[in-house]
Order: sequence, then C-alpha cells, then structure tokens
Amino acid sequence: MAVEVKVTSVLQKVTGAKVVEGKGGTVGELLTDLDARYPGFKQQIMQEGSLHRFVNIYLNDEDIRYLQQLETPLKDGDSISILPALAGGA
Amino acid sequence: MDHGHLHIDRSTGTIDPESRTARYGTDGGAMPVSVYIPTPFRKLTGNRQHVQAEGANVGEVLADVERQYPGFRQLVFGSGEEVPAHINIYVNRQEIASLQGVATAVRDGDEVAVIPAMAGGSGDGPAVNANGTRRIGALTPEQVNRYSRHIIMPQVGPSGQRKIMESSVLIIGAGGLGSPIAVYLALAGIGKIGIVDFDVVDISNLQRQILHQNDDIGKPKALSAKETINAYNPDVEVVTHQVPITSDNALEIIGQYDYVINGADNFAARYLVNDACYFLKKPLIDGSILLFDGQVTVYLPDQGCYRCLYPSPPPPGMVPSCAEAGVLGALCGTVGTIQATEVLKLILGVGDSLHGRLLLYDALAMEFRQVRIRKDPHCVLCGEPENPADKVTGLIDYDAFCGGAFGHTNEEEQKAADAAKAARERAAETLNA
Repeated sequence: MAVEVKVTSVLQKVTGAKVVEGKGGTVGELLTDLDARYPGFKQQIMQEGSLHRFVNIYLNDEDIRYLQQLETPLKDGDSISILPALAGGA
Repeated sequence: MDHGHLHIDRSTGTIDPESRTARYGTDGGAMPVSVYIPTPFRKLTGNRQHVQAEGANVGEVLADVERQYPGFRQLVFGSGEEVPAHINIYVNRQEIASLQGVATAVRDGDEVAVIPAMAGGSGDGPAVNANGTRRIGALTPEQVNRYSRHIIMPQVGPSGQRKIMESSVLIIGAGGLGSPIAVYLALAGIGKIGIVDFDVVDISNLQRQILHQNDDIGKPKALSAKETINAYNPDVEVVTHQVPITSDNALEIIGQYDYVINGADNFAARYLVNDACYFLKKPLIDGSILLFDGQVTVYLPDQGCYRCLYPSPPPPGMVPSCAEAGVLGALCGTVGTIQATEVLKLILGVGDSLHGRLLLYDALAMEFRQVRIRKDPHCVLCGEPENPADKVTGLIDYDAFCGGAFGHTNEEEQKAADAAKAARERAAETLNA
C-alpha cells in the first residue's frame, strides 16, 4: 500500500523532505520500508522494536496507540503523521 | 452651542419624533447614518444589528430611530431625563461625551453606536475576587472605549469583558511564546497576569520575543515583561515570579491563577506544569515550537493531560531545543496568539476549544492540521496505570525524570550555554564564509 507520510522538521533531516511516500501493509512495515530508504529513520523514533514514548504516529487523525499500534493496517491513500513531542517555547 | 438642535427634551425626558420633520423642512440637514443596535435591544429592531436613521446630529438620529421603532427610547434610555450613566453613545467609535453630547453633528455615512456598559455595577460584596483580581463594577467610560471592539461583539459584550477583567492567567516563560501571549492578554484586559521566568534578556532573544526591546538587555525577563504589559495596559495587575518553576514552588504559584498557559522551553518544566495543573484542576493551554513547526492544544481538568499525549520525555539530546536548532521568530507569534485566543474563549465560554485536538502548524507548507488526542485510561498521572506502582501521586524530581534534558541543573545550563555559543559561532562562520 502506498501512503503519504508527513514528518516534522526534525525528522526532515533524515528524510530530506517533510512529505514522503512509503509502502507497507501495516504501520510497522511502512516504518521498515522508510528505514531502508532513509537510514537512521527508525532510530529517531523507535527503540528495541517499539515506538519511543515521546513519539506519536497518527493514521489520518487517529493515534495508532488507540488502533492496532504498529500492526495497524494501511490502505492506499492513507496519510500517516509522525510527531515527536516538542519542548521549545522560547 | 445651538441647543435648538437637540431633540431629546430634557424637561420631559422624551425624544420628540415629530420635530425632526419640521427641522429637515427648514435646513435640509437630514443625513442617513447607520445606527448600531446592541444585542439586548435587537428584539425591537427585528434582530437587525444596524438600522438606518436620519438626522443632523445624534439627538435627531436617535429621535428618528424612536420614530421607526417605537419603544426604543424607553428600552435604551429608561424614563430618566438624561442619557443614563451606563449608556455610552459613539459616533464613529468616538464617545459623544468627548464631543458635543447629543448635539454632536453627524454626516452621511457615519455610524452611531449605542452601547450599554454594565447592567448594574455592584457596589456590594468584597472589592477583590477569590482569585485576587479586582471586582469589576460598571466599566468606566475609558474602559468602554478601550474594549469597545470586544464589547460590541455579541459573544463578548459588557459581561464577557468583565469576565476577562476578573480573570487571572499564569504564563510560564516570558520568551517566544510567552511574549505574544502576554501582549494579547494585556490588551484584552486580563485582570491579573502572572509571569514565571528567572532568565534575563539576551540580545539573541530579540529576534522573536516581542515583550523585550534593545534597552531591556540584561534586565530580568519577568520585569521587562511587566513593564511592557503595563505600557500597553496599565489596568493589568502583573505578578512576577522570578524563579525557576520547581516541584517546591509549582503548586503554590499555579494555585494563585485561574488558567495556565505553557510557553516553557524545556521538557522538565512541561511535565512539571502539566502535573501541577492536574493536581490543582487548572485548565492548561499548551503550545510548543521548533524550527518551522508548532503544536497547540488545551487540557481541561480531568479530561486528559500532556502525559496522555506524550507519556515520557525523549532522552537528552533526542529532540533539540530552539537554542540548539533554531526557530522562525514569526512562528512564535502564530502559536502564541492561538494560545491567547484559546484562553480568552475559555474565559468567555464561547466556541469549541482545542481540547481533544492537537493543532499542528507547519509554517514551511503553510498548513494547519489537527489530530485527535484522547485521555489515556492507563495514563500514569490521570488514569489507572497497568502497573499501579507507576501511578504519579505527587510532583516528582523532573530533572531526573527528563534525564536532565534541558533542565535547570548546572550541568545542563552549561550545556545550553555551550549550545548557544556553538550556534553563535556557526552564525559567525556562515557570515564569514
């Protein structure tokens, strides 16, 4: 499944763009696909196979924690957003 | 002054609609003007916000409105002889008391607005509200003028403006986000604004922190903020808290305010403020920025918290700070102004807040999106954690929790100073390249 993946400026350092295309039947497979093409991608958001707890992934506008987490299935045309916590205010 | 132009008969307290016709017959001075009708009086005008009326001066215009909508005078002016003290009349936003009263001449296309100030300013009860703000009775004519653009909106009105003036808001950080937040809340007339910031103004702040100016370099930010706020609006009481917010003082400081807006620049302060707001049941308006990205949301008491969204902070160094990575100055204005808007809506009780939604602003794409956020039933703070031992029951050591990330330990301050120095050097190298 080809889906659109939106990342924040921080992850853009790895992907080179704020919106990239990815493939996979589930969110987990999608992340593996992205990591293959953008080395270091997974390292930014995951640790020992699970997502960092300061990073959320949204399928369309829903947090995958409340779906099937990394097993959440994807379909063509879905939009994925990967959002780490930001602390900046000053 | 030619009082012959007055058509409010001060001896009987009536407006004589008939005299108008006679006048226009003699001098042809009839001018169509637009009369703004405030919400409470619109039942008389078929819910019309503006009506057209004719007259050479304000008195004549009002007489014409009375002729078209009988009962207008009684409803707005009561039965007294004078324009009542709680009614202000404006010609093109200028109060007629400062012009020629009801004899003030009007011209074609002018707007006359009849604005009731406060229904019965209360002289009773304590002069101070429970939250420490001054009790607002009737708005003064100056306040009616100052806040007229608020007051004429049906969603605000005089009572909404009074709510704003009797509210207290704590702003965490007088920096990039805290600056626009503080300025707009000051202009809105918030009764009491608290500023938590222990830092001093540095020249590198001036690219974005609109509370501070060149002459403020070296001055404590909280003090500079207070001066700016009061220069904008002397009515606002500003309380400065020139200390780092810590587990020892957070409950005491936050407890003094109705609402909390977070403009902190580090994770430790964000988790601390979140936890304190949860324990004290204070609404928290959260915003954060980095590079070209912003995130904003609202946490209402018992309906989810920052830990539901981000259960734990990143390890040190994983997410850079603005000092390390940079931030577009104008981004602060966009995000901070949204935070100020959200607190004003909560105070007024209007609209839909960002509660349950995380608003994402991407300045590069110039795109706003939102994602749904939920109260996590297993949240260690506001839910029932799967392991009951994880339950957070009081404020903790946040520097340790955040691994010292951007905390206020000496080591971390040194690290931040080093990062800022490196950034300055990079900027200098770029210039020299």
